Formats: sequence, structure tokens, C-alpha cells
Amino acid sequence: MNLWKVFTRGIIEENPYFVLALSLCPGLAVTTSVVNGLTMGCTVWFVITANNTVVSIIHKLINKKVRIPVYITCIATIVTCVQLFLQAYAPDLYKALGVYLDLVVVFAIILARAESVASKNGVVVSFLDGMGMGIGFTIAMFLISFIREILGNGTFFGMSVFGQSYQPALIMALPPGAFMLIGFIMAGFKIWNKHVEKQRQLKGVEG
Amino acid sequence: MSPEAKGQTIGKDAKDMQELNLTVSSSPHVRCNESIPKIMWNVVAALVPAAAFGVYYFGANALLNMVVAVVSAVIFEFLWEKALHKKVTITDGSAVITGLLLAMCCPPSLPWWMSIVGSFLAIVVCKQSMGGLGYNLFNPAHVGRAGLMVSWPIAMTTWTNMDGSAAVNAVAGPTPLNAFKHGGQDALFNAFNATDWGTVYQQMFFGMRSGSAGETCTVLLILGGLYLIWRGYVKWQVPVVMIATVGVLTAIIYSPNVAVFEMMAGGLIIGAFFMATDMVTAPITLKGQIIFALGAGLITVLIRVLGGYPEGVCYSILLMNTLTPLIDRLVKPTVFGEVKAKGAK
Repeated sequence: MNLWKVFTRGIIEENPYFVLALSLCPGLAVTTSVVNGLTMGCTVWFVITANNTVVSIIHKLINKKVRIPVYITCIATIVTCVQLFLQAYAPDLYKALGVYLDLVVVFAIILARAESVASKNGVVVSFLDGMGMGIGFTIAMFLISFIREILGNGTFFGMSVFGQSYQPALIMALPPGAFMLIGFIMAGFKIWNKHVEKQRQLKGVEG
Repeated sequence: MSPEAKGQTIGKDAKDMQELNLTVSSSPHVRCNESIPKIMWNVVAALVPAAAFGVYYFGANALLNMVVAVVSAVIFEFLWEKALHKKVTITDGSAVITGLLLAMCCPPSLPWWMSIVGSFLAIVVCKQSMGGLGYNLFNPAHVGRAGLMVSWPIAMTTWTNMDGSAAVNAVAGPTPLNAFKHGGQDALFNAFNATDWGTVYQQMFFGMRSGSAGETCTVLLILGGLYLIWRGYVKWQVPVVMIATVGVLTAIIYSPNVAVFEMMAGGLIIGAFFMATDMVTAPITLKGQIIFALGAGLITVLIRVLGGYPEGVCYSILLMNTLTPLIDRLVKPTVFGEVKAKGAK
């Protein structure tokens, strides 16, 4: 398998958020500011990579019938580590993300990658897949929170962008605005992927 | 020629005709004088008097909002259809109606750029992203208004008096519904400088009150609605049922005097005649439309009496829009020749 392809597919082509449409809830809940969004993205990035690696190492030892509980235990352990780390070094962020950090344990994307990639492939492939998917997820979180913070709060990383006269659109700070935004970004990803596919086919015909 | 080959030829002909932009349909081929642009421009004509009164009464900013909302709605529709290589339908008047209704449902003092955002929500988010005219689930103008209400609650609930352009006893500050909700009958009479219900009714009927730019003048809105009923675009049962529901319920909850006021207050008249009768977002059959109107009236009263907002027409119609597919399924008429219902002759 082409390792570079394994790594890059999660970024745009199979972006976990906008194309696979898994784990949508953090995009509505915690992306009201770029800091929160990025923290969530990086948390998932770390958890998914670490979990993919661990599962790919131990999957031969696991009885197929109990694999899901075992995966969940792995994920929960890693998430607890991240939680303790954040609690110690970034208590404000820990408070802001609140219950959504716990929810990382049951994010569909992490379990899906463990099930579909890590349990069938070696350490290197699983690690690269986790990295790619994690980067894709982080990019998604950044994109949503970037637009939401600018429109819904008029700030970027807490700094005012438009000045005092800007009246922020509260709808972007609330879940409905995030819903609409995610829908339009998804449409954008779909258009882009279709375009790429078309180009690829044209090349295939010429070649 | 074998039947199969013949079928293929017919199929090919039909395909050719579709490419020529001809409509292929089954009989009976009854010609109809109506078209989407004709209906839409008639609705615009029916709205113009009430809108003109709003401009006369509230002043230049109301006009600015109406022009900005209409123009931006048309531009958004044009840009979207161009970008997606669809047929450009800006001349059919539907975007004009959306823009005009949006501005008429918003406070006259609204900053003009908010009207552009409202048009964006109405045309791009609500209408075109669902597939354009005929496919939208919600009334576009009300989606725009609801979005603005969530985004800028202060600007959307700042009710200004008219400026010096009209020498009439206008009501300053809160809308009549607001006054009634927070202060009861005394506050309402105070707001109108009135001592009896007659004065209140008179001012409400002729639109001498604060409120959204185009919703105040009851008489002109009713005349516009009657015109649409006369043309056959609107079934009279829908506005009558919706307004009567509000009237009956408020008469029971408060008193008949209040009920007459409630029926003319807020956006009920414009909503009942122009929004609840929207051909796209209301049910198809008359029975369904009456259920729709009944539900919209009920939710309006619930929001007015129990809810946090003084006015609930916008949300009641949006909520009933979500039920439209279910209502359509509920009242689906049996196809001619299908099994007879019990007790049929």
C-alpha cells in the first residue's frame, strides 16, 4: 500500500469530518472559538494516532468477540491521559471543553479507524492513517471555529478583527449557525472531490 | 414494428422533446392561463400598497430596507443560479416577494446591511440550497427574519417611531403587543393615548402603530389579500381560519375586546394572508391547508400568551412548515377508482 496515500487521504479526500461525516457533535459544541476548536482537534489527533498504534500492535491477541470493549478501554485510557495533562497544564481549556473531552472516548471516528484500519494493518500503516485522519479532523475543527469566531464574536484567537463597531451575528455562536456552516463546507468538499475525480478520469483516458 | 421497438421510438421522441425544452406529460392536456411569474407578480402587486404605507408612515429607512432586501435577494438568486449553471429565474418575481416580505416583517429602523444578511439566509440558505423555488421546506422570508432575530435580537426588537414625514398620532416605543404583554390593558391604552377600545381598534386598523415595516396597516393588507383571493391564488379559508383561531382562543383567555385587538396585532394579518398561503411551503389540499392554518393560529396564541416573545406568527408558521409533509400524508385524497371508503354511496 502506498504509505503517502494512506497518510494524505484523511486530509481532504476522506476528511473524517466533512466527507466521512463522523463525530459531528464537537463541531457544533466546542468550535465557538479557535482555541477551543484547535484543542479539541489536537486532542482527537493525538488519541486517534495513539489508539491506532496500540490497536495495531495488540489486535492479534484480542478475541474477535470482545474487540469493541477492548478498543473502548484503550481509547478511554488514552483520553484519560490527555485529560489529566490538560487539567494540569491548561486548566482553563479543560474547563471550557468540559464534558466534550470525556465524549472523545465514544467518538465514532476513533472507533471506526480502529475497526477498519488498525485491526487489519501493521503499525506503520495504522500510525500514518491516524496521523492523516487526525490532521483532517484538526483542519475541520480549525475551519469551523475560525469562521464561527470571526462572524459570531468578531475575534480571532481573542483579538478583535473588525473593531468595536462590528455587531457579531449571534447565530454563528449558536448551534444552528454551526449546522448551516458545516453543511456549506461539506458541499464545498464534495464539489472539490468531484472535480479531482473528474480530472483523474480525464488523465486516465488520455494516458 | 414490434411493440418494444415502438416504445423505444416513443421514448426517444420524448427525450428529444425534453431537449427542445418541451414538456412531456400525460393527458388531459388542459391549457392554463396561469404561470409562476404571473402569480408571483400579482402577489407583489398585492403587497405593494401595505409596503407603500410602511414607507409613508415609518420614513426613508423603511424604504431603504425594502429596496436593499429586494435587490440583494435577486442578486443572491442570480449569483447562485449562475454559479451552479442553472437556469436563471430572477424574472419570475419569487425572489422579489421574498425580499419584500422580509423587509416588511422586520423593524423599519433595521440597519440596511442586516437586510442583506436576511436575504442571504432566505435565498441561499433556505431556498436555493434546497433546490430552488418549489423545493424549500420553510418560508424563505420567515427564515431570514428568524435568523436575524437570533443574530441581532436588539436591533430586531428596537421599534422606532415614525420620523416627521407623517403628521399622525403615532405610537412610540414598544409595539402594541409588547405593551399589552408586559402591562396589560392600561399599558396598551397608554401606548395609543386612548381611553376606549374603539380608538385602539381604529388606529390598529389603519396602521397607526409601531411595528414591523409592512405589517401595520391592517386594511391595506386585507385588501391585498382579497385581491389574491379574487384572482384565485389564495383560498379564503386559510387566512380566515388562522385569524379566527387566534381570535377565538384570545377571547377565551382574555376577553372578546382583547381578541379583536389581537387579531389585528403583530404580523398576524400579513402572515395569514401572505405567508401561511405560500404555495410551496403549505400543504397541497384545502383540508391540509386548513389544518395548517389552525395549527399556526394555535401556536401563535401559545407564544403570545405563554412564550418569551410578544409575537409568535413567524415561529408558528415556520413550525407548521415542518409539519407540512406530514399533513399532506394525513389528508391524502383517495385516487379515483380506488377502494371506496366505508359508508360511501
